[in-house]
Amino acid sequence: MTEKLVIIGNGMAPGRMLEHLLEAAPDRYAVTIFNAEPRVNYDRIMLSPVLSGEKAFEEIVIHGDGWYIKHGITLYKGHRIVAIDREAKTVTSDHGVTESYDKLVIATGSVPFIIPVPGKELPGVLSYRDLDDVNAMLLAAQSRAKAVVIGGGLLGLEAAAGLKERGMDVTVLHVMPTLMERQLDPAAGYLLQKAVEARGITVVTKANTKAIVGNGKVEGVELMDGTLIPATLVVMAVGIRPSTALAKEAGLEVNRGIVVDDRMRTSDPAIMALGECAEVGGHVYGLVAPLYEMARIAAAGLTDGEDKRFVHSDTPTKLKVTGIDLYSLGDFADGEDREEIILRDASAGIYKRVVLQDNRIIGTVLFGETADGAWFNDLKKKATDISEMRDTLIFGQAFQGGVSSDPLAAVAALADDAEICGCNGVCKGKITGAITGKGLTGLDDVRAHTKASASCGSCTGLVEQLLKLTLGEAYNPAAVQPMCGCTSLGHDDVRRLIKAKGLKTIPAIMQELEWKTSCGCAKCRPALNYYLVCDWPDQYADDYQSRFINERVHANIQKDGTYSVVPRMWGGVTSAGELRAIADVVDKFEIPMVKVTGGQRIDMLGIRKEDLPAVWADLGKAGFVSGHAYAKGLRTVKTCVGSDWCRFGTQDSTGLGIRIEKFMWGSWTPAKVKMAVSGCPRNCAEATCKDVGVVCVDSGYEIHFAGAAGLDIKGTEVLGLVKTEDEALEVIVALVQMYREQARYLERIYKWAKRVGTTEIKKQILDDAERRRTLFDRFVLSQKFAQVDPWSERVSGKDKHEFRPMASVGFAEAAE
Amino acid sequence: MNWIAIGCLSDIPLRGARCVATPQGKIAVFRTADDQVFAIDDHCPHKGGPLSQGIVHGAAVTCPLHNWVISLETGKALGADEGSVRTLPVKVEGERLFIALEALASKAA
Repeated sequence: MTEKLVIIGNGMAPGRMLEHLLEAAPDRYAVTIFNAEPRVNYDRIMLSPVLSGEKAFEEIVIHGDGWYIKHGITLYKGHRIVAIDREAKTVTSDHGVTESYDKLVIATGSVPFIIPVPGKELPGVLSYRDLDDVNAMLLAAQSRAKAVVIGGGLLGLEAAAGLKERGMDVTVLHVMPTLMERQLDPAAGYLLQKAVEARGITVVTKANTKAIVGNGKVEGVELMDGTLIPATLVVMAVGIRPSTALAKEAGLEVNRGIVVDDRMRTSDPAIMALGECAEVGGHVYGLVAPLYEMARIAAAGLTDGEDKRFVHSDTPTKLKVTGIDLYSLGDFADGEDREEIILRDASAGIYKRVVLQDNRIIGTVLFGETADGAWFNDLKKKATDISEMRDTLIFGQAFQGGVSSDPLAAVAALADDAEICGCNGVCKGKITGAITGKGLTGLDDVRAHTKASASCGSCTGLVEQLLKLTLGEAYNPAAVQPMCGCTSLGHDDVRRLIKAKGLKTIPAIMQELEWKTSCGCAKCRPALNYYLVCDWPDQYADDYQSRFINERVHANIQKDGTYSVVPRMWGGVTSAGELRAIADVVDKFEIPMVKVTGGQRIDMLGIRKEDLPAVWADLGKAGFVSGHAYAKGLRTVKTCVGSDWCRFGTQDSTGLGIRIEKFMWGSWTPAKVKMAVSGCPRNCAEATCKDVGVVCVDSGYEIHFAGAAGLDIKGTEVLGLVKTEDEALEVIVALVQMYREQARYLERIYKWAKRVGTTEIKKQILDDAERRRTLFDRFVLSQKFAQVDPWSERVSGKDKHEFRPMASVGFAEAAE
Repeated sequence: MNWIAIGCLSDIPLRGARCVATPQGKIAVFRTADDQVFAIDDHCPHKGGPLSQGIVHGAAVTCPLHNWVISLETGKALGADEGSVRTLPVKVEGERLFIALEALASKAA
């Protein structure tokens, strides 16, 4: 019979435990989770990058909704357990849900410690613990006013850096004389303070908070010495306390944390505890590596698997602030029986200290240069006698035994059992073994199969080197494929940073994101120009010199340097008057070729550039506007004749096609967008190989997307069925806007959809009405600026210089 | 040298190009982001694409037809491609631009 497993808490530790459990015994338990936070399991240690804007929340989700569904797990979001009845073996949530259990796992985590000063409950005082805190900080940061962070430890400094990055004026108050004194010695603490201050953050050490002052909301922080620091936001990050109240009330043994043995069992045999709330061997833990170790042991206990016991080990500390590298491990206090080796490079801001006892490393502090952290950690773990290499130890692994300073060689020299990923306890041999054994080819594969680099990400470089080492030339780091030679950033990073840092011009992007060239290249400039047009439609002035010639002159360049012109024919419908006007233009300008296109339009080829404005002027008189056949934008909406004429037609496909085209023309997109509307499933408009297509049926409109009929051939996927034309339009517009905002430049919808996942797109566009509406509204705003006919603009004189030579010279001499 | 006036610096968009018509075909006159001016034949060594229509970046232009990158200083194709296009001397006097047409004139004569 299936046993019932109930888990209180849905953080990283129980999430990992479930992964192990599902791997070992997928059918043994019926699992129910109660999560006080109203969301799925996410990577809490990555909240700092979310705060600073380097990552989006979606990127740090560990288990999306689909994961719970796939594994048949019941997840109560936003349910706080208020009582455990150990007699009846039930738990009850604050919403009144009662669930019985055979096994109960308590993973309630910890709560931020709030220092007991007057004013601590004022609005504007936050802690730094979960996504709600981050969202509240982001909201407060919009004011770009003053913020005070109380606490100069890991969390406090990450919060301060994030708020500064978001434009706030930040002061860090720290009660001790140096920052992060529990992980750093005073010398490294001093360097850290300098590095933090260099970012424009004020640091006050030995700062004792007396009160948080304000009338109805935070106005400032008062120190014991009488100093008053004005602030509209105060973040308390002075530490955490295991969350044990529930366990205590249930009568379980509780000390600092919920007391468990080395197999994660509490004083009640049916109840286990793990994570930050658990106390094992007198220790409570806050870093992820030991918590994941607890998860592994708890899962083994739940499956009667091999007998695993928790053993204490030191975990390295790293700060997740871009540009500040520090690494600390173990014990680095001075002592009689201890020796130390120190390297300082003042101009480079480097400090390294290794603390030795009996010729073995017991502690390490690295600042400014942390590449050797893993190596030192390995030596410490194995208690290697370092007397042989003592003279060069501090210079790192590269200086040992003639190994070259090539980082790849350094990684190659690591032993198979050297730890690469501290968070997940993954060693080199496991990664290389997985790469060869499972035929892995990229970073994402390694993350999926071994978990290495899947948590804080600081070992990503090492994992990539292992990929390179193991696969040789075959390794193609697609995950970090840079946009072009001008930057090491990929498209996704650039798009995210444009929004996060509020970058609104191409020079601003190149400056802030450290472009390697002064003015980009023909690959990155059009991409950046598109991203800016898309992200800041009302603020960005389109840079035509960064557009490909076709989009600059609104016609298609041909192999002989002439152009082709395609006027818009809404939904592919034309008239005698329009055809006559086209015929006249063809005669007048001696256009050598007229061709019907695949998108139901008429193409005139071989037009001299100088003639373009005059051609457009004549076409304009007949009511034609640009057909954007040259654009990374909405091209055509192909239609069939539908219910107006066809004996099979179920809806007015022509009318809907025209309506869509009139609504969406002029919009710029990452790559071209071709659409079609078919009036019945016979599909004469070939809607099922388009970027977006509609197939009308009796009951409404079936919306298709992600088709291709070019380099690749691919049938569409069905997004869903809607009942009315209005709904169809809203869904299509929202879909295209989502694509506009997320895709990489030149990436067609089908490639984007493959990357993002059809399920995710359906979820955001069909299931989430609010999200659909905001996407729709953003498209509408963007259209206000985009729906201008470029041809008539040019007929009235815009960009005149494009269409005529600057001068004609030399002809006089030739005539002589 | 026989300098012939072709117009003003401001006639050419920043990071852009204009053409000058001559009996031997078009000359493309480029203006870079830092206001340097270069003149080369408007004819890509690859398949004759109109270089004046390309995207200008640094002191180079990318041909609109097949993305060859041509150095405006030397006229040579950059990167793995091989080929070169004629460069012409340019003189900037204040706002006014001149190109040297001696070679042209002698050929034309």
